[in-house]
Amino acid sequence: MHELSLCGSIANIVTRHAAGRPVSVIHVQVGQLRQVVPDTLVFCWELVSEGTPLAGSRIDVEGVPARMRCRACGHVAEVGDLPVFACRDCGSIDAEVISGEEFMVTSLDLAAAPDGAAAPDGAVAPDGAVPDGEANEGAST
Amino acid sequence: MGRFHRHDDGTAHSHDDLPAGDHSHGHSHDPGDHSGYQTGPDRVEVLERIFDENDKTAAANRDSFAVSGVCAVNLMSSPGAGKTTLLRETLQRMAGELRIGIIEGDIETSLDADRLAGFGAQIALINTGNGFGGECHLDAPMVGSALPRLALGDLDLVIIENVGNLVCPAEFDVGEHARAMVYAITEGEEKPLKYPVMFRSCDLVLVNKMDLLPYLGFDMDAFLASLRAVNPAAAVIQVSARTGEGVDAWCDWLRARLAEVR
Repeated sequence: MHELSLCGSIANIVTRHAAGRPVSVIHVQVGQLRQVVPDTLVFCWELVSEGTPLAGSRIDVEGVPARMRCRACGHVAEVGDLPVFACRDCGSIDAEVISGEEFMVTSLDLAAAPDGAAAPDGAVAPDGAVPDGEANEGAST
Repeated sequence: MGRFHRHDDGTAHSHDDLPAGDHSHGHSHDPGDHSGYQTGPDRVEVLERIFDENDKTAAANRDSFAVSGVCAVNLMSSPGAGKTTLLRETLQRMAGELRIGIIEGDIETSLDADRLAGFGAQIALINTGNGFGGECHLDAPMVGSALPRLALGDLDLVIIENVGNLVCPAEFDVGEHARAMVYAITEGEEKPLKYPVMFRSCDLVLVNKMDLLPYLGFDMDAFLASLRAVNPAAAVIQVSARTGEGVDAWCDWLRARLAEVR
Protein backbone atom coordinates (compact mmCIF):
# COMPACT_ATOMS: atom_id res chain seq x y z
CA MET A 1 0.00 0.00 0.00
CA HIS A 2 2.74 2.51 -0.74
CA GLU A 3 0.38 3.87 -3.41
CA LEU A 4 -1.12 6.06 -0.70
CA SER A 5 2.10 7.94 0.00
CA LEU A 6 2.91 8.03 -3.71
CA CYS A 7 -0.42 9.79 -4.28
CA GLY A 8 0.77 12.45 -1.84
CA SER A 9 3.81 13.04 -4.07
CA ILE A 10 1.59 13.08 -7.16
CA ALA A 11 -0.67 15.66 -5.51
CA ASN A 12 2.32 17.92 -4.88
CA ILE A 13 3.45 17.65 -8.50
CA VAL A 14 -0.03 18.20 -9.92
CA THR A 15 -0.78 21.14 -7.64
CA ARG A 16 2.43 22.86 -8.70
CA HIS A 17 1.84 22.37 -12.44
CA ALA A 18 -1.89 23.06 -12.39
CA ALA A 19 -1.24 26.42 -10.74
CA GLY A 20 -4.81 26.77 -9.57
CA ARG A 21 -6.48 25.57 -12.79
CA PRO A 22 -8.99 22.71 -12.46
CA VAL A 23 -7.61 19.31 -13.47
CA SER A 24 -9.63 16.50 -15.00
CA VAL A 25 -7.10 13.78 -15.83
CA ILE A 26 -3.59 13.09 -14.55
CA HIS A 27 -1.56 10.97 -16.96
CA VAL A 28 0.91 8.73 -15.15
CA GLN A 29 3.45 6.36 -16.67
CA VAL A 30 4.11 3.22 -14.63
CA GLY A 31 6.90 0.88 -15.66
CA GLN A 32 6.38 -2.84 -15.33
CA LEU A 33 9.22 -3.06 -12.81
CA ARG A 34 7.57 -0.52 -10.53
CA GLN A 35 5.53 -2.25 -7.89
CA VAL A 36 2.67 0.14 -8.32
CA VAL A 37 -0.77 -1.39 -8.78
CA PRO A 38 -2.73 0.83 -11.18
CA ASP A 39 -6.15 0.10 -9.65
CA THR A 40 -4.80 0.81 -6.18
CA LEU A 41 -3.23 4.04 -7.38
CA VAL A 42 -6.56 5.14 -8.88
CA PHE A 43 -8.42 4.26 -5.69
CA CYS A 44 -5.88 5.93 -3.40
CA TRP A 45 -6.06 9.05 -5.54
CA GLU A 46 -9.75 9.35 -4.68
CA LEU A 47 -8.86 9.21 -0.98
CA VAL A 48 -5.99 11.65 -1.22
CA SER A 49 -7.68 14.18 -3.50
CA GLU A 50 -10.99 14.20 -1.63
CA GLY A 51 -11.68 17.55 -0.04
CA THR A 52 -8.85 19.23 -1.97
CA PRO A 53 -8.98 21.37 -5.11
CA LEU A 54 -8.00 18.20 -7.02
CA ALA A 55 -11.16 16.32 -6.00
CA GLY A 56 -12.95 14.90 -9.01
CA SER A 57 -9.79 14.45 -11.07
CA ARG A 58 -8.73 10.95 -11.99
CA ILE A 59 -5.47 9.17 -12.73
CA ASP A 60 -4.97 7.55 -16.12
CA VAL A 61 -2.18 4.94 -16.06
CA GLU A 62 -0.02 4.12 -19.07
CA GLY A 63 1.93 0.90 -18.53
CA VAL A 64 5.49 0.62 -19.85
CA PRO A 65 6.84 -2.88 -20.47
CA ALA A 66 10.25 -3.84 -19.09
CA ARG A 67 12.99 -4.21 -21.69
CA MET A 68 16.62 -5.09 -21.35
CA ARG A 69 19.72 -4.88 -23.50
CA CYS A 70 22.55 -7.39 -23.33
CA ARG A 71 25.92 -5.71 -22.80
CA ALA A 72 27.66 -8.71 -24.31
CA CYS A 73 25.80 -9.10 -27.62
CA GLY A 74 23.55 -6.05 -27.78
CA HIS A 75 20.34 -8.07 -28.03
CA VAL A 76 17.27 -6.16 -26.87
CA ALA A 77 14.27 -8.06 -25.53
CA GLU A 78 11.19 -7.62 -23.43
CA VAL A 79 11.63 -9.07 -19.97
CA GLY A 80 8.10 -10.49 -20.05
CA ASP A 81 6.25 -12.04 -17.15
CA LEU A 82 9.14 -14.03 -15.70
CA PRO A 83 11.69 -11.67 -14.15
CA VAL A 84 14.79 -13.33 -15.52
CA PHE A 85 17.43 -10.79 -16.44
CA ALA A 86 19.73 -12.97 -18.51
CA CYS A 87 20.07 -12.31 -22.24
CA ARG A 88 17.40 -14.19 -24.20
CA ASP A 89 19.84 -14.57 -27.10
CA CYS A 90 23.31 -15.38 -25.74
CA GLY A 91 22.49 -16.15 -22.11
CA SER A 92 24.84 -13.53 -20.67
CA ILE A 93 23.85 -12.20 -17.26
CA ASP A 94 25.47 -8.86 -18.07
CA ALA A 95 22.28 -7.11 -19.17
CA GLU A 96 20.88 -3.70 -18.39
CA VAL A 97 17.27 -2.66 -17.96
CA ILE A 98 16.46 0.03 -20.54
CA SER A 99 12.78 0.57 -19.77
CA GLY A 100 10.18 -0.49 -17.25
CA GLU A 101 11.36 1.56 -14.28
CA GLU A 102 9.41 4.69 -15.23
CA PHE A 103 7.12 6.29 -12.71
CA MET A 104 6.22 9.81 -13.70
CA VAL A 105 3.46 12.29 -14.20
CA THR A 106 3.63 12.92 -17.93
CA SER A 107 0.83 15.46 -18.37
CA LEU A 108 -2.39 16.90 -17.02
CA ASP A 109 -5.68 17.46 -18.79
CA LEU A 110 -7.29 20.60 -17.53
CA ALA A 111 -11.00 20.57 -16.84
CA ALA A 112 -13.30 22.99 -18.58
CA ALA A 113 -13.67 26.12 -16.54
CA PRO A 114 -16.99 26.16 -14.65
CA ASP A 115 -18.31 29.06 -16.74
CA GLY A 116 -17.62 27.15 -19.94
CA ALA A 117 -15.24 29.81 -21.21
CA ALA A 118 -12.38 27.37 -21.70
CA ALA A 119 -14.47 24.35 -22.66
CA PRO A 120 -12.97 22.59 -25.68
CA ASP A 121 -14.96 21.32 -28.66
CA GLY A 122 -17.91 23.57 -27.87
CA ALA A 123 -18.78 21.61 -24.76
CA VAL A 124 -20.58 24.08 -22.58
CA ALA A 125 -21.31 23.18 -19.03
CA PRO A 126 -24.94 23.73 -18.11
CA ASP A 127 -25.60 25.76 -15.01
CA GLY A 128 -21.94 26.22 -14.36
CA ALA A 129 -21.41 22.54 -13.49
CA VAL A 130 -18.26 20.81 -14.66
CA PRO A 131 -19.39 18.40 -17.36
CA ASP A 132 -18.46 15.05 -15.91
CA GLY A 133 -16.97 12.87 -18.59
CA GLU A 134 -17.35 15.39 -21.38
CA ALA A 135 -14.33 17.21 -20.12
CA ASN A 136 -12.31 14.09 -20.80
CA GLU A 137 -13.12 13.88 -24.46
CA GLY A 138 -9.98 13.64 -26.45
CA ALA A 139 -8.07 11.96 -23.67
CA SER A 140 -6.16 8.88 -24.67
CA THR A 141 -7.99 5.62 -24.28
CA MET B 1 2.01 -1.51 -25.18
CA GLY B 2 4.19 0.80 -27.20
CA ARG B 3 5.03 4.44 -26.75
CA PHE B 4 1.76 6.25 -27.12
CA HIS B 5 1.97 9.51 -28.98
CA ARG B 6 -0.34 12.35 -29.75
CA HIS B 7 0.70 14.74 -32.46
CA ASP B 8 -0.26 18.36 -32.87
CA ASP B 9 -2.42 17.52 -35.87
CA GLY B 10 -4.62 15.43 -33.61
CA THR B 11 -3.48 12.01 -34.78
CA ALA B 12 -2.32 9.50 -32.25
CA HIS B 13 -0.42 6.26 -32.51
CA SER B 14 1.97 4.09 -30.59
CA HIS B 15 5.37 2.72 -31.51
CA ASP B 16 6.15 -0.91 -30.82
CA ASP B 17 9.54 -2.56 -30.80
CA LEU B 18 11.58 0.57 -31.06
CA PRO B 19 15.15 -0.14 -30.08
CA ALA B 20 16.24 2.05 -27.20
CA GLY B 21 17.57 5.32 -28.45
CA ASP B 22 15.97 4.93 -31.86
CA HIS B 23 13.14 7.36 -31.73
CA SER B 24 13.18 8.80 -35.22
CA HIS B 25 9.77 8.98 -36.75
CA GLY B 26 9.23 12.19 -38.56
CA HIS B 27 9.05 14.80 -35.89
CA SER B 28 11.74 16.42 -33.89
CA HIS B 29 12.39 16.32 -30.19
CA ASP B 30 14.16 19.63 -29.95
CA PRO B 31 13.81 21.37 -26.63
CA GLY B 32 10.42 22.97 -26.60
CA ASP B 33 8.83 20.49 -28.97
CA HIS B 34 8.04 17.44 -26.84
CA SER B 35 5.41 16.43 -29.37
CA GLY B 36 4.98 13.08 -27.67
CA TYR B 37 2.39 14.75 -25.49
CA GLN B 38 0.01 17.34 -26.73
CA THR B 39 0.39 20.69 -25.14
CA GLY B 40 -1.97 23.57 -25.34
CA PRO B 41 -4.58 25.24 -23.25
CA ASP B 42 -6.17 21.98 -22.10
CA ARG B 43 -3.11 19.79 -21.61
CA VAL B 44 -0.15 20.62 -19.43
CA GLU B 45 3.06 18.73 -19.97
CA VAL B 46 4.67 17.68 -16.70
CA LEU B 47 7.23 14.87 -17.24
CA GLU B 48 8.19 14.78 -13.58
CA ARG B 49 9.37 11.68 -11.73
CA ILE B 50 7.11 10.86 -8.81
CA PHE B 51 10.05 9.67 -6.72
CA ASP B 52 11.92 12.97 -7.18
CA GLU B 53 10.57 14.34 -3.92
CA ASN B 54 11.74 11.26 -2.00
CA ASP B 55 15.05 11.05 -3.82
CA LYS B 56 15.97 14.67 -3.09
CA THR B 57 15.48 14.01 0.62
CA ALA B 58 17.44 10.77 0.27
CA ALA B 59 20.33 12.71 -1.22
CA ALA B 60 20.18 15.14 1.71
CA ASN B 61 20.23 12.20 4.15
CA ARG B 62 23.23 10.75 2.33
CA ASP B 63 24.99 14.10 2.65
CA SER B 64 24.27 14.13 6.38
CA PHE B 65 25.83 10.69 6.72
CA ALA B 66 28.81 11.66 4.56
CA VAL B 67 29.57 14.83 6.54
CA SER B 68 29.98 12.67 9.65
CA GLY B 69 31.82 9.86 7.88
CA VAL B 70 28.98 7.49 8.66
CA CYS B 71 28.16 4.46 6.52
CA ALA B 72 24.42 3.76 6.28
CA VAL B 73 23.02 0.34 5.44
CA ASN B 74 19.35 -0.26 4.64
CA LEU B 75 18.36 -3.67 6.01
CA MET B 76 15.19 -5.14 4.56
CA SER B 77 13.26 -8.42 4.70
CA SER B 78 9.81 -9.90 4.97
CA PRO B 79 8.30 -9.94 8.48
CA GLY B 80 9.90 -12.53 10.71
CA ALA B 81 12.94 -13.26 8.57
CA GLY B 82 15.26 -12.39 11.46
CA LYS B 83 16.45 -8.79 11.01
CA THR B 84 16.23 -7.89 14.68
CA THR B 85 17.80 -11.14 15.90
CA LEU B 86 20.63 -10.61 13.42
CA LEU B 87 21.09 -7.05 14.65
CA ARG B 88 21.34 -8.26 18.25
CA GLU B 89 24.09 -10.65 17.24
CA THR B 90 25.75 -7.90 15.23
CA LEU B 91 25.73 -5.44 18.13
CA GLN B 92 27.09 -8.07 20.49
CA ARG B 93 30.05 -8.61 18.15
CA MET B 94 30.73 -5.06 17.00
CA ALA B 95 29.58 -2.72 19.77
CA GLY B 96 33.07 -2.44 21.26
CA GLU B 97 34.65 -1.89 17.86
CA LEU B 98 32.33 0.42 15.95
CA ARG B 99 29.93 3.07 17.15
CA ILE B 100 26.60 1.94 15.77
CA GLY B 101 23.25 3.65 15.39
CA ILE B 102 20.03 1.86 14.56
CA ILE B 103 17.05 3.47 12.88
CA GLU B 104 14.20 1.13 13.68
CA GLY B 105 11.14 1.24 11.47
CA ASP B 106 7.97 -0.43 12.62
CA ILE B 107 4.34 0.18 11.87
CA GLU B 108 3.50 0.00 15.57
CA THR B 109 5.19 -0.73 18.92
CA SER B 110 8.72 -0.33 20.22
CA LEU B 111 9.14 -4.11 20.65
CA ASP B 112 12.08 -4.38 18.23
CA ALA B 113 13.77 -1.27 19.56
CA ASP B 114 13.38 -2.70 23.09
CA ARG B 115 15.06 -5.94 21.99
CA LEU B 116 18.05 -3.96 20.75
CA ALA B 117 18.43 -1.80 23.86
CA GLY B 118 21.35 -2.42 26.18
CA PHE B 119 23.99 -3.19 23.57
CA GLY B 120 25.55 0.27 23.47
CA ALA B 121 23.95 1.40 20.23
CA GLN B 122 22.06 4.62 19.66
CA ILE B 123 18.51 3.74 18.64
CA ALA B 124 15.96 5.97 16.93
CA LEU B 125 12.51 4.46 16.53
CA ILE B 126 10.17 5.45 13.72
CA ASN B 127 6.59 4.25 14.02
CA THR B 128 5.06 4.56 10.58
CA GLY B 129 1.43 4.32 11.73
CA ASN B 130 -0.40 7.36 10.41
CA GLY B 131 -4.09 6.66 10.84
CA PHE B 132 -4.45 4.86 7.51
CA GLY B 133 -3.08 1.65 9.00
CA GLY B 134 0.58 2.53 8.74
CA GLU B 135 3.09 2.88 5.99
CA CYS B 136 4.61 -0.40 4.92
CA HIS B 137 8.08 1.03 4.33
CA LEU B 138 10.48 3.74 5.40
CA ASP B 139 10.89 6.61 2.98
CA ALA B 140 13.57 9.27 2.91
CA PRO B 141 11.60 11.93 4.83
CA MET B 142 10.89 9.44 7.64
CA VAL B 143 14.58 8.52 7.92
CA GLY B 144 15.48 12.21 7.71
CA SER B 145 13.16 12.92 10.63
CA ALA B 146 15.04 10.34 12.72
CA LEU B 147 18.51 11.72 12.02
CA PRO B 148 18.34 14.58 14.59
CA ARG B 149 17.77 11.90 17.24
CA LEU B 150 21.11 10.28 16.43
CA ALA B 151 24.43 11.94 17.24
CA LEU B 152 25.88 11.17 13.81
CA GLY B 153 29.23 12.74 14.70
CA ASP B 154 29.66 10.03 17.34
CA LEU B 155 28.82 7.15 15.00
CA ASP B 156 30.59 4.99 12.43
CA LEU B 157 27.73 2.91 11.13
CA VAL B 158 23.96 3.40 10.90
CA ILE B 159 21.79 0.39 10.17
CA ILE B 160 18.30 1.25 9.04
CA GLU B 161 16.01 -1.63 9.94
CA ASN B 162 13.20 -1.19 7.47
CA VAL B 163 9.59 -2.28 7.91
CA GLY B 164 9.20 -6.01 7.29
CA ASN B 165 7.89 -6.18 3.72
CA LEU B 166 9.26 -7.58 0.48
CA VAL B 167 7.56 -5.04 -1.78
CA CYS B 168 7.41 -1.38 -0.82
CA PRO B 169 10.78 -0.78 0.90
CA ALA B 170 12.58 -1.70 -2.32
CA GLU B 171 11.09 1.34 -4.05
CA PHE B 172 12.38 3.98 -1.66
CA ASP B 173 15.92 5.28 -1.52
CA VAL B 174 16.37 6.49 2.05
CA GLY B 175 19.93 7.77 1.63
CA GLU B 176 21.73 4.53 2.39
CA HIS B 177 25.13 3.56 0.97
CA ALA B 178 24.29 -0.11 0.62
CA ARG B 179 21.28 -2.38 0.77
CA ALA B 180 21.16 -5.75 2.44
CA MET B 181 18.25 -8.08 2.89
CA VAL B 182 17.64 -10.92 5.26
CA TYR B 183 15.96 -13.83 3.59
CA ALA B 184 14.98 -16.86 5.65
CA ILE B 185 15.13 -20.33 4.12
CA THR B 186 11.63 -20.92 5.53
CA GLU B 187 10.37 -18.56 2.81
CA GLY B 188 10.95 -20.96 -0.08
CA GLU B 189 13.33 -21.07 -3.03
CA GLU B 190 11.32 -19.08 -5.57
CA LYS B 191 10.92 -15.79 -3.70
CA PRO B 192 13.44 -13.88 -5.87
CA LEU B 193 11.22 -14.54 -8.89
CA LYS B 194 8.12 -13.39 -7.00
CA TYR B 195 9.71 -10.27 -5.53
CA PRO B 196 12.30 -9.38 -8.17
CA VAL B 197 12.40 -5.67 -7.40
CA MET B 198 13.44 -6.29 -3.81
CA PHE B 199 16.03 -8.93 -4.69
CA ARG B 200 17.37 -6.82 -7.58
CA SER B 201 17.81 -3.79 -5.36
CA CYS B 202 20.12 -5.50 -2.85
CA ASP B 203 23.91 -5.56 -2.69
CA LEU B 204 23.85 -8.44 -0.23
CA VAL B 205 21.42 -11.25 0.53
CA LEU B 206 21.82 -12.85 3.95
CA VAL B 207 20.34 -16.34 3.77
CA ASN B 208 19.17 -16.79 7.34
CA LYS B 209 17.91 -19.62 9.57
CA MET B 210 20.53 -21.98 8.19
CA ASP B 211 20.26 -23.93 11.48
CA LEU B 212 16.86 -25.13 10.20
CA LEU B 213 18.30 -26.56 6.99
CA PRO B 214 18.23 -30.20 8.22
CA TYR B 215 14.50 -29.91 8.92
CA LEU B 216 13.41 -28.23 5.70
CA GLY B 217 13.38 -29.51 2.15
CA PHE B 218 15.13 -26.31 1.15
CA ASP B 219 17.05 -26.52 -2.15
CA MET B 220 19.87 -23.98 -1.86
CA ASP B 221 20.95 -24.42 -5.49
CA ALA B 222 17.41 -23.69 -6.70
CA PHE B 223 17.27 -20.58 -4.53
CA LEU B 224 20.63 -19.33 -5.76
CA ALA B 225 19.57 -19.95 -9.36
CA SER B 226 16.43 -17.84 -8.76
CA LEU B 227 18.48 -15.12 -7.14
CA ARG B 228 21.05 -15.10 -9.97
CA ALA B 229 18.27 -14.82 -12.53
CA VAL B 230 17.11 -11.52 -11.07
CA ASN B 231 20.35 -10.22 -9.52
CA PRO B 232 23.60 -11.78 -10.75
CA ALA B 233 25.73 -9.33 -8.78
CA ALA B 234 24.40 -9.73 -5.25
CA ALA B 235 26.76 -11.06 -2.60
CA VAL B 236 25.38 -13.97 -0.58
CA ILE B 237 26.21 -14.90 3.01
CA GLN B 238 24.62 -17.89 4.71
CA VAL B 239 23.88 -17.16 8.35
CA SER B 240 22.00 -18.32 11.38
CA ALA B 241 21.23 -15.33 13.55
CA ARG B 242 20.21 -17.80 16.26
CA THR B 243 23.41 -19.83 16.41
CA GLY B 244 25.73 -17.09 15.19
CA GLU B 245 26.85 -19.05 12.12
CA GLY B 246 28.01 -16.70 9.39
CA VAL B 247 27.48 -13.54 11.43
CA ASP B 248 31.21 -12.80 11.43
CA ALA B 249 31.17 -12.75 7.62
CA TRP B 250 28.29 -10.24 7.75
CA CYS B 251 30.30 -8.09 10.16
CA ASP B 252 33.22 -8.22 7.70
CA TRP B 253 30.87 -7.08 4.93
CA LEU B 254 29.78 -4.13 7.09
CA ARG B 255 33.43 -3.20 7.78
CA ALA B 256 34.13 -3.27 4.04
CA ARG B 257 31.18 -0.93 3.33
CA LEU B 258 32.43 1.47 6.01
CA ALA B 259 35.90 1.39 4.45
CA GLU B 260 34.34 2.34 1.09
CA VAL B 261 32.67 5.39 2.57
CA ARG B 262 35.75 6.64 4.40
